[in-house]
Amino acid sequence: MSDAADIPVLRARGLRKEYGKEEGLVRAVDEVDLDIGAGETVAIMGPSGCGKSTLLHLLGGLDRPSGGQVRLNGRRIDDIGEKALAQLRRTDIGFVFQAFHLMEELTAVENVELPALLAGRSPRAARRRAEELLERVGLAGRARFLPSALSGGQRQRVAVARALSNEPSVVLADEPTGNLDSAATLDVLQLFEGLHGSGQTLVIVTHDARIAATADRMISMRDGAFVDETWLTGGTTGRLGALIGLED
Amino acid sequence: MDRFPLAGRLLLVGRLAVRDLRRRRAEAALLLLAIMTATTTLTLGLVLRDAAGDPYRSTRAATSGPDVVASTVRVAESAGVPGPGKPARSTELTELAELAGAPGVVGHSGPYPVTAARLQASGRTSDVQAVGRDAGPASVDRPEVLRGGWVRDGGVVLEAAFAGALDVRVGDPVTLDGRSFEVVGVAVTAAMPPYPKASCIFPCMNGAVPGGEAGAEPPPGLLRNPGLVWLTRTDVRNLTPDPDSLAYVMNLKLADPDGAQAFSDANHGVAMQSWQSILEDATELAGDSQILLLIGAWLLGLLATASLSVLVGGRMAAQTRRVGLLKAVGGTPGLVAAVLLAEYVLVAVAAAAAGLAAGSLAAPLLTESGAGLVGGTGTPSITVPTAGLVTAVALGVAVVATAVPAVRAARTGTVGALADSARPPRRVGWLVALSARLPVPLLLALRVAARRPRRVVLGVASIAITVSGIYVLLVLNAFLAGQPLSGGYGDAQVEVLRRALLVVTATLLSLAAVNAVVITWATVLDNRHSSALARALGATPREVSTALAIAQVLPALAGAVLGVFPGGYALFAAVNATTGGDGGRAPLPPLWQLLAVVLTTVLAVAALTAVPARLGGRRPVAETLRAGLT
Repeated sequence: MSDAADIPVLRARGLRKEYGKEEGLVRAVDEVDLDIGAGETVAIMGPSGCGKSTLLHLLGGLDRPSGGQVRLNGRRIDDIGEKALAQLRRTDIGFVFQAFHLMEELTAVENVELPALLAGRSPRAARRRAEELLERVGLAGRARFLPSALSGGQRQRVAVARALSNEPSVVLADEPTGNLDSAATLDVLQLFEGLHGSGQTLVIVTHDARIAATADRMISMRDGAFVDETWLTGGTTGRLGALIGLED
Repeated sequence: MDRFPLAGRLLLVGRLAVRDLRRRRAEAALLLLAIMTATTTLTLGLVLRDAAGDPYRSTRAATSGPDVVASTVRVAESAGVPGPGKPARSTELTELAELAGAPGVVGHSGPYPVTAARLQASGRTSDVQAVGRDAGPASVDRPEVLRGGWVRDGGVVLEAAFAGALDVRVGDPVTLDGRSFEVVGVAVTAAMPPYPKASCIFPCMNGAVPGGEAGAEPPPGLLRNPGLVWLTRTDVRNLTPDPDSLAYVMNLKLADPDGAQAFSDANHGVAMQSWQSILEDATELAGDSQILLLIGAWLLGLLATASLSVLVGGRMAAQTRRVGLLKAVGGTPGLVAAVLLAEYVLVAVAAAAAGLAAGSLAAPLLTESGAGLVGGTGTPSITVPTAGLVTAVALGVAVVATAVPAVRAARTGTVGALADSARPPRRVGWLVALSARLPVPLLLALRVAARRPRRVVLGVASIAITVSGIYVLLVLNAFLAGQPLSGGYGDAQVEVLRRALLVVTATLLSLAAVNAVVITWATVLDNRHSSALARALGATPREVSTALAIAQVLPALAGAVLGVFPGGYALFAAVNATTGGDGGRAPLPPLWQLLAVVLTTVLAVAALTAVPARLGGRRPVAETLRAGLT
């Protein structure tokens, strides 16, 4: 009998994503196997176009694989309907995107409470949770600001807070610092550091080695396949900024 | 320096406009169609009366029609209540005789005796005005016999439209005031408008009895919708025991037919009707159709503006980078606006030309097929004022719909435009707060609507205009159905008016349907990023599709309600004020019918938006988010 604690939060087996046919066939993700345990932070690295974002979309149920399996908390999600996938995204998965993807017409707190409202929480509970999260990411004073009035780093922090709204099993971050300057990158990394410390499972896709160095495990991708996997030990300890070269 | 800087700019503007139109042919076709529906209906409305006038002119030529018809009209004895005619005086006949020698008169026929009588045929009864004519041909007004022969003692000839309405044929027996006659012929004349619009030689009325129920009898001594029949002079005199109760008509030919109206106005001794006045009465049906079509044309013009605004807004959003490029290579804001406007001006000019052609070709289909007249309806020639007005309306629609987005694009910063940053959505705070308390589809729907308030207003306006039009059409339809001969129309004429109603209704509904789909699709495209994001955050495809549909249905509901009240009431009042019509005689639609209109509108919009909304709710999330720049 298997112990529930032993079940990985995310498991992929023989995962494939193909585009085109015959000679024009492109394997964006090629036979990937992956297990991510609870509380683990995994960085997936690789050059642009290597398939890491596609893999993240497959893991989060935003895209359908051409083959293979994905399981979230032991439940197979690659063959379930759109409605069930949507419900999973509400409750078990949080996304952080490179381009932030905030609703421009909603204030910071309204953006953060959106997933909770979609999940059917009461407006009062959703707002309370959103305010707590904004406080946690250091933006309590910016709760009523529109995204256009926030800096890039602040926007990404709002996006992180939104991803945490429904206390997901896993947060999937796609190049979360790709659009940020050094100072904002440090802010966001410290935020992820805090999340890691609190036991949040994280998958971060990046092409920046400094970001990957903060993870428990670093996976390198090339041409849609995993080519290297490294277990790190000191990535989330000590002075993060110094470690990754963003501060003296 | 270039000697012709303007020519170069014009070439550039024209080239860019044409290339962009060719690149987006489907949208260009839709734009063309939207404006063309308005220009076609407007052209129809403007040329219909000209087209309808052709048969009368043919009849006038074929029958040597009079320029002026003079008569000793049997006037009412007391004001207000018409009474029997006063005795004819010899002075009146003398006056008629003097008219024959008046300056400008080059020919005449008559005076002919006329009497009022009651005709019975095949169980149907009608008032008639019987004119006593000679058996031989007259020099002026020679009614053209379509079937049978001309008058003889004991034989009656019926005016063709009257014979058609009574379904009387040559050889049928009829009675006039109880005396038996045989129908010996059916003829047409240009001396009097065809039934049921006959001129009143005796006190008469066309249409329903004022203030009376449908089918109510007119006051004694007043003829109702009298038909025209011809008898011999002897038979006319034999019909009435009192020779003094006869009226007389005389047909005059003038040296200057165009001056007939002035001649009529200048001679007050006897009653006179010019050929222009008869033509106007003969084409009154076309006049009413014309009013319907003109109302429809203005409604369609407004709808086309709404349609275009949405299309143009969507296209402008897609042209942001193009605007940036133009500005980066030295284009001024004026040039940018000119390039954007030029496309729609070109489409408008093409739509005006197509509308003028289609409208003039379709005009004969909406006129009576010559009942009571000879000759068919011709294709009217387009006059300069008509072409000018139609083109101006088309250009107006294009400019009004394009001006705001064009100016907005011209004022966009070059760097921002080159980055192709989407126009930021609007924030309506109270709606966002309100939506948080609603179920997910409604929450998303209200936020979708709140992002583009102008588009919502256009959607509401589009539906309100359509429903207002439908309201008026319902009233007119009920009016035509409920009262035979209402407005003095026979079945054939009512059919013509119904055809005009049908044209306006069908075009209104078609354009409104196009609008609903266009607005939904523009909403889907505009919200593709936020829809994908909502799905990434846990909204189901069905919730997103439902939200996109509700975002159209809610404005449709508001538009439908506003379209009934105050829209429909106001439009009907405006129609009455414009035409001088008696709106009080028209039954207003019952409440159930109005509720049905609102409900049907909402359901129709829901059905029309279902497919685009479903497509919008199922777009690939990852792909859309990858393309997003926010």
